[in-house]
Amino acid sequence: MKGRVLSRREVIGLVAIAAALLALPFVLASVGTAWVRITNFAVLFVLLSLGLNIVVGFAGLLDLGYIAFYAVGAYTYALLASPHFNVHLPFWVILPIGAGLACTAGVILGAPTLRLRGDYLAIVTLGFGEIVRIFMNNLSNPVNITNGPKGITLIDPFRIGDFSFSARSELFGLTFSGPIKYYYLLLVVLLCVIVINLRLQDSRIGRAWVAIREDEIAAKAAGINTRNIKLLAFAMGASFGGIAGGMFSAIQAFVSPESFILNESIMVLAMVVLGGMGNIWGVIAGALLLSFMPEVLRYSVEPMQKALFGRMLVDPEVLRMLIFGFALVLTMRFRPAGLWPETRHRREMSENRR
Amino acid sequence: METLLQQIINGLTTGSVYAVVALGYTMVYGVIQLINFAHGEVVMIGAMVAFGVITGLAGSGLPASMIVAAGVLAAVPACMAIGYSLERVAYRPLRHAPRLAPLITAIGMSIILQHVALLIWGRNPLAFPQIIANPTVSIGLAEISAVQIAIILLSFLMMGGLSWFVYRTRFGIAMRATAENVQVAGLMGINADRVIAATFVIGAALGAVAGVMFGTYYGIAHYTMGFTLGLKAFSAAVLGGIGNLPGAMVGGLLLGLVEALGTGYIGDLTNLCQWPVVDAWLGERCADGAHFILFGSNYQDVFAFVMLILVLVFRPSGLLGERVSERA
Repeated sequence: MKGRVLSRREVIGLVAIAAALLALPFVLASVGTAWVRITNFAVLFVLLSLGLNIVVGFAGLLDLGYIAFYAVGAYTYALLASPHFNVHLPFWVILPIGAGLACTAGVILGAPTLRLRGDYLAIVTLGFGEIVRIFMNNLSNPVNITNGPKGITLIDPFRIGDFSFSARSELFGLTFSGPIKYYYLLLVVLLCVIVINLRLQDSRIGRAWVAIREDEIAAKAAGINTRNIKLLAFAMGASFGGIAGGMFSAIQAFVSPESFILNESIMVLAMVVLGGMGNIWGVIAGALLLSFMPEVLRYSVEPMQKALFGRMLVDPEVLRMLIFGFALVLTMRFRPAGLWPETRHRREMSENRR
Repeated sequence: METLLQQIINGLTTGSVYAVVALGYTMVYGVIQLINFAHGEVVMIGAMVAFGVITGLAGSGLPASMIVAAGVLAAVPACMAIGYSLERVAYRPLRHAPRLAPLITAIGMSIILQHVALLIWGRNPLAFPQIIANPTVSIGLAEISAVQIAIILLSFLMMGGLSWFVYRTRFGIAMRATAENVQVAGLMGINADRVIAATFVIGAALGAVAGVMFGTYYGIAHYTMGFTLGLKAFSAAVLGGIGNLPGAMVGGLLLGLVEALGTGYIGDLTNLCQWPVVDAWLGERCADGAHFILFGSNYQDVFAFVMLILVLVFRPSGLLGERVSERA
């Protein structure tokens, strides 16, 4: 950053946003604790989308198996902090391990495949995501590692000393329930990830990614080591996925292969594409929009259908997937750079449409 | 030995279905250099439509062969219509857009098709009604069923028909010319839009028949079946060299064989108790001829993906294809 002094209006705006974010869980909790949980999962999806945005948005590599890295992080946490193996490591030890493992998985997958052209890469990553899921489903026999389709239960919450994130506690006369504490933790992590992303975007590496996305041969000619830089994008995206996975595991206290199906990868991709590939704020908006939409649908479509037809015609889950499908198709046709496009990307997408 | 022969027969059956589906991918790729991501869902719709018709006619007393034929005759036009609309909605408007764009619309279309199928036919798999007596013929040590014979014959017939169409007819020449160079083909008076649309429609028609065959073989059709089948067929197309018709046929058969043999033998091969060193280490877990099988046949679906990754890593152009991996 250029050491620019913020104007008074910007300072007031930032303080207002911060105050709103800090007060949000209490407002939501007065409606129902369920909404705090929903918000937490929405923030997890924002983290995931920001991770995928590095791969798809910055570097222009289509990854359809991104959820596999989330799964690696989630299972790492689940195995190292649950009665399943009777190992209970603290979270600050496991999260880096999970991120490291996810990063390693990303490098192992990326190293041989990144020289392939974009659409091939998409299919290979898709296959990789399926392989990871099949292994999680079946690695319960002969040695029970993942407990198969039943998943792993009773996963430890985050704990610092005696302070557990899942228990209720009183502070300054306010009652903090488990989800509210996780909300603040997620907010801190999200803030760090956003800062990292913003700094990355303007760094040499960020500019190298964009150069590769726009023209790989020109980027190579300009002296960029395209293979390493692409691998770096893959590894970074994967580590973010791994961290988000570990937090998911702790918040939900339960993981099973069901949470890591292809539809989840596609959902994260839809968030990135709809919001605007490459634009951090667009991606965040896209992720929030698509994570709250099904909940809003659940509370509106169900009663509406019951009132109109007397029974459920379209399951909200199906409706949500249909909306995702249409969102992908319509975004690409009418706003190929997303709803809130990155300036540079918008120019590129419109130039290419001859 | 019996297992070997039996698995070869099973592999040939699924392999020929993969080959027919793979033709759909490879034809589209050959002409516009794009992966038709939604092709697997077209195949699924074919199976679902046919199963609906077959179930509806099952009690009518018509001969079984006529009922199945009616199912196929309903599925083919339905899939052709879907193939055509796919091209119009997801591909034609984006023909000059960056590569990622049509791939993303295709993913969107396949989600839409899948969930529309879910709305129409429901979450539960459709079962093939018991109308066909499926006698088995024993050849040597193994057995082959009538359905398997029919699937293999029909697949080879379709592959032959497609080859004749592409290599011997005027329209086939137009198709190959478009695949070679769209602009020049246009200068020669070929209507490229029509050729591209026709490619999607032909691929979808083949896919419809393949869907019915696949459903009949396994006895069920489900709204999610298109995803794995499509991915495997795509792997087959890449294995043979995408864009190459004979390649897709060879790739499909080969993939079917690898999958069948792999599934048949992986349990025996990874039974750790057969290796003396491990046996001693595992001790009582191997006692009394017990098995300690590392990977069982439940890993069936992994073979296609592993093979796809291996091919793309070591020979991205496939067995019979030209070099494509580094083209920007």
